[in-house]
Amino acid sequence: MSSREFCRPDPEELLRQIQEQEAHEAYGRLKIFLGYAPRVGKSLRMFDEGRRRIKRGQDVVVGAVQAKGLSDFEHLVREFEMIPPLRIGDVDTVNTEAILKRCPQVVLIDELARDNPPGSCYPHRWQDVAEIRANGIHVVGAINLQHVREQQDAVERITGRRSSHSVPESFIHSADELVIVDVPPEELSQYGGGASNLTPEQLSQLRELALLLAAEVVEEQLQRYMDAHGIQQSWGTQERILVCITPRSSARAMLESGARAAARFHGHLLAIYVKQKELPREAEEAVVANLDYARKLGAEVHVLENPDPIGAILQFAREQRVTQVFIGHTQQAAWKFWVHSPVDRLIKAAEGMDVRLFPHAQPA
Amino acid sequence: MESGGKRGKLKIFLGYAAGVGKTYQMLTEAHELRRHGRDVVIGYFEPHGRKETIAQTEGLEFIPRKVYEHRGSVFEDMDTGAVIARHPEVAAVDEFAHTNVPGADRLKRWQDVMLILDAGIDVLTSLNVQHIESLNDQVWHVTGIRVRETVPDWVVQEADEVVMVDVTPRALLHRLERGVVYAPEKAQKALENFFTESNLTALRELAMRQTAHQIEEKREELRAPQPVLDHTSGRRERILLWLTPHPSAAMLIRRGRRIADYLGSPCTAVYSEKDAAALEPYLNFCRNLRIDAKAIVGEEPPKAVAAYAREQGITQVFATRHAPEVSKFVNLTRDMQVTIVAERVRPG
Repeated sequence: MSSREFCRPDPEELLRQIQEQEAHEAYGRLKIFLGYAPRVGKSLRMFDEGRRRIKRGQDVVVGAVQAKGLSDFEHLVREFEMIPPLRIGDVDTVNTEAILKRCPQVVLIDELARDNPPGSCYPHRWQDVAEIRANGIHVVGAINLQHVREQQDAVERITGRRSSHSVPESFIHSADELVIVDVPPEELSQYGGGASNLTPEQLSQLRELALLLAAEVVEEQLQRYMDAHGIQQSWGTQERILVCITPRSSARAMLESGARAAARFHGHLLAIYVKQKELPREAEEAVVANLDYARKLGAEVHVLENPDPIGAILQFAREQRVTQVFIGHTQQAAWKFWVHSPVDRLIKAAEGMDVRLFPHAQPA
Repeated sequence: MESGGKRGKLKIFLGYAAGVGKTYQMLTEAHELRRHGRDVVIGYFEPHGRKETIAQTEGLEFIPRKVYEHRGSVFEDMDTGAVIARHPEVAAVDEFAHTNVPGADRLKRWQDVMLILDAGIDVLTSLNVQHIESLNDQVWHVTGIRVRETVPDWVVQEADEVVMVDVTPRALLHRLERGVVYAPEKAQKALENFFTESNLTALRELAMRQTAHQIEEKREELRAPQPVLDHTSGRRERILLWLTPHPSAAMLIRRGRRIADYLGSPCTAVYSEKDAAALEPYLNFCRNLRIDAKAIVGEEPPKAVAAYAREQGITQVFATRHAPEVSKFVNLTRDMQVTIVAERVRPG
């Protein structure tokens, strides 16, 4: 076994690092509550967080509240010191200057995706957030899935609607902490006062999308954490499927099955071809077509050169933390059962990975 | 069971560790339901000495616990009979994965919950993702901890609603340090063993993906069930597990079950008759996960299993590399999809 050391830092060390990070980070931390639809309770969670922080002795102010439906939170907001918004035209916007002047430890900012009215310092609210953080003030905010730019195509496919203002997904990824505010769609329609006119099916799809986005962010955080703490190899919780393409294998079936499995398990699809010498032209063309097909299915394609194809596949699979290898059954003559086929070798050596063998297409 | 009565609805509050707030949210929901005029009781509540959570039970009716005596010791657990006799509309039952105390009528709390649901009572319950049976290996793999108390997947899938209770690992670690979750001594131990930021982050991701998966499953259930067809033949997938007496059998069963569930296809198992005694615990495990296991006779297991698979129209066979003469078997099943399932290597 290689050096897959899972060095657990001791808790003292962990705490010390967190505190050190806090002390040295001139940058304020960003915590985002992500909801999959309006009225799931993001703002409530945000104010709740603010209240808890005050209880713990932190200096918390409110920088922005929801433009509409304020009445729901009015009693909550009253518990906090509010930085009066800046009024430009007839639109209220975050008063960044006033917040910086007041310089609290934490500022609560709702509706992070809002656009600022013309004449503001920045066109978008999330840019104000960046400036506030740059001044060492922590920001706790809330946002809806429909306002995450890279998710807007998917959201539009589900709801048929598209919000005009958005934040880049990188803003979500830049958060130190992301919390998913999950609630079953039934409750939204039951108690939510019917503010969102989406069907339960649409809400369910949005909910799944939001959870997967959050899972992605969390996975990235895990990777960052492991990198930062000398934990060499993360296996994550994701399935990583490697399809081995050879000139004769039923590559299309393997790729489709791999793509399906990757989608089902929310995993990652890889395809590999180890170059073989002196391939007949039609075999060469078949490989090229299969690799194109792999790309079309969203696979990450790698072409390697190595006189030992099975060795190359094994090495690649280990490096890429593959969890499942898809390969064609051996085509070695069946009567030669005492000769170990290359596939045999793969099965024996692929420790920690599933090996799935596919039947070859019937010869035409 | 109520004659002709409707089965109760099951709602699971899913978390990724102790202290994320599952019970708190469950109780909040209980209050909410009560405000909306529903008859709600607490069937079982585990206070763990957490003040905020205990405060949240105020104003809710408790069903007193039942006292069991077993070999001179006294234990307390949920009084399922009393919950059913009281017949509320909704019962909150904490810790779905709990193993009942010795002497109780049933082994597992989820079995009691099934009875309460059968009686037409809705149930709210709490569960951590690491207690889901088919994720057991994955959890061990990311955390190094074998979770003993598990709930079969089919039970979790019966839930009408799964809600993810989310909090960041950082916030959870803060709670732990402040002694909100455990008493100081236990907290220290937890911090050292389980509550590392990487463990928590990995489990959190798992819980998110599991909830997403459950939502997708449920949506598909509502549509007409469409079994996945085998790509090449257009046949419906049929899955066969080849069991051999080796500790990896448990993992094979879990994986087979999970994949069959994903594909919506039937899943059966075979084993050599001579292994029956050695396999007994695994055969029991199969029954728990609703997999039919059949003994086959034959001098040469690889041949016998291959023949059986062909006869049954199996499209996918799952085995481990510990099966006898696995190369020979693979050679005999070149017309089928064969997966050699590996024990995932745990780093460290």
